[in-house]
Amino acid sequence: MEPVLLQVLAGLATGSIYASLALALVMIYQATHLVNFAQGEMAMFATYIAWSLINAGMGYWPAFLLTVLIAFVLGVLIERVVIRPVENAPVLAVVVVFIGLLVILNSVAGWIFSYTIKSFPSPFPPALGIRYMSPHQVGALAVTLLVLAALYVFFRFTPLGLAMRAAAQNPVSSRLVGIRVGWMLALGWGLAAAVGAVAGMMVAPIVYLDPNMMAGILLYAFAAALLGGIDSPGGAVVGGLVVGVLENLLGAFVIGNELKLVVALVLIVGVLLVRPSGFFGRVHVSRV
Amino acid sequence: MSKKLLTVTILLIALACVLPFVLTNYRIFQATLVLVYAIALLGLNILTGYNGQISLGHGAFYAIGAYAAAMLMDQAGMPYWATIPIAGAVCLVAGFLFGLPALRLEGLYLALATFALAVSMPPILKAHFLEKLTGGVQGIVIVKPDPPAWLAAAGVKLNADQWLYYFVLAIAIVLFIVGWNLISGRVGRALIAIRDHHTAAEAMGINTAIYKSLAFGVSAMYTGIAGALGAIAVQFVAPDSFTVFLSITFLVGIVVGGLASLSGALYGALFIQFVPNIADELSKAAPWAVFGVFLIGFVYLMPTGVAGALRALTRRRGGGKLLQPKEALP
Repeated sequence: MEPVLLQVLAGLATGSIYASLALALVMIYQATHLVNFAQGEMAMFATYIAWSLINAGMGYWPAFLLTVLIAFVLGVLIERVVIRPVENAPVLAVVVVFIGLLVILNSVAGWIFSYTIKSFPSPFPPALGIRYMSPHQVGALAVTLLVLAALYVFFRFTPLGLAMRAAAQNPVSSRLVGIRVGWMLALGWGLAAAVGAVAGMMVAPIVYLDPNMMAGILLYAFAAALLGGIDSPGGAVVGGLVVGVLENLLGAFVIGNELKLVVALVLIVGVLLVRPSGFFGRVHVSRV
Repeated sequence: MSKKLLTVTILLIALACVLPFVLTNYRIFQATLVLVYAIALLGLNILTGYNGQISLGHGAFYAIGAYAAAMLMDQAGMPYWATIPIAGAVCLVAGFLFGLPALRLEGLYLALATFALAVSMPPILKAHFLEKLTGGVQGIVIVKPDPPAWLAAAGVKLNADQWLYYFVLAIAIVLFIVGWNLISGRVGRALIAIRDHHTAAEAMGINTAIYKSLAFGVSAMYTGIAGALGAIAVQFVAPDSFTVFLSITFLVGIVVGGLASLSGALYGALFIQFVPNIADELSKAAPWAVFGVFLIGFVYLMPTGVAGALRALTRRRGGGKLLQPKEALP
């Protein structure tokens, strides 16, 4: 039983990271009905910024906070400059722009920071480790849960959070009551980028830092978001944890570590086919 | 086909036939790859350009075609030319099968599913239980085919690079003619109708399910044949040549060349073959930065790609109508 428990706990730890990236995807989906293919690369880029800050002599936590802030600003900028012109464009154009963004971020990171793999520090003291989990796993889980709680409070109890939800749900009426919908979307992008940055910094000590580190993570996050329902934030969190546990258990006992990514592929295609709205998502009905 | 277009096409083919005698062997190899990419892009364009189904995973079909050819040559000792139709058939089936579930996915979701396919292709090729067939991480080395004996007997002297170029050129011409027939006839009209208005197409009596999965199959077949030819030209297949970035390269090709345009496949192929070479001198990362900028730039400024821009240019010069808005990005 012990190996199983070990894998389940490890799965929860990585799953919480998938959950936060999935949450970033869901936030952008809710606001714009788009799936951001560049979300992983945005997180990767933010992690490189954190790495340079730490290397420049900054302490971990100040660097962490500064990175989240920078990621937020970058997210807002990307929405304003790159995404806004294609807001009402056909899906293909939007997907192409997202892919372009992915490629640019990936290559610019490689250009500036080189493609050599770097190690990224974990800030958690050894005392944090418990019998079945490493200190980093416990810490990552705690940080992610904290971020999720903060987001919940923000969206549920603050006027700005309410305005953002309103802008996403009904842009026309929101505009009529004086909400600046365009800026709410940009803020949503900023928040998503910030959450992604946290996910990147939490996963970097595990997968190591390199420009391609997020490809797999992004796939798991897609699977998590779809599993939970692409328009349900709570679902994304549950989905992330489920995907993390499933991936670890299947990888350890059934299909072997090298085919773990295929789990994500099967989950994505499977969910889209069997239950496109996921566990908690709204069933989408369209009128013809 | 108009008379003018026919003349241009014949001139182009004649030029393509002369090329191997004026270029160095390395340039001939590059020209061969351009033709290979053109076939792959034509395949992707049938699906994404004409039928409006977004695929970010055509690198996976390219990989399947390449591996089919390599494994047949390496394991079964088949001659290279015999592997091409088999690779095509395998990809036709693979594409059709992936196209069936894709029927239920639209736009963004299809992009997601195909993206997942592209990302998980290298791990599948590396998998342990397939190692005997695929060669695992090491991949498979292929011997470059020699020109056939009957050619030498007939007094034509070609080296291996020149022969392979003509071999690929012949296949490319056949596939482009087939593609042109497919697109300009009943099938093509059905594909475009489905892209432009799914419900209306269905109401007109078009069996959208059959056409969409067929488009997926044919498109995968083209890309698979290109993969097989590419593997023979490069003489090597390995999992890490077929990452998600290969699929993105194809996307760059059809966006830059021109969506829903046959000639666009050729412009796109030239672009993805030569622009990285030029940009490479700047930095290892530069080709991709250039690709990314071009992707976004073309969507904003030139959504019909090079082919569309040329079309608009010639029409304006001829005093004809301007480009219709319908011909813009589907």
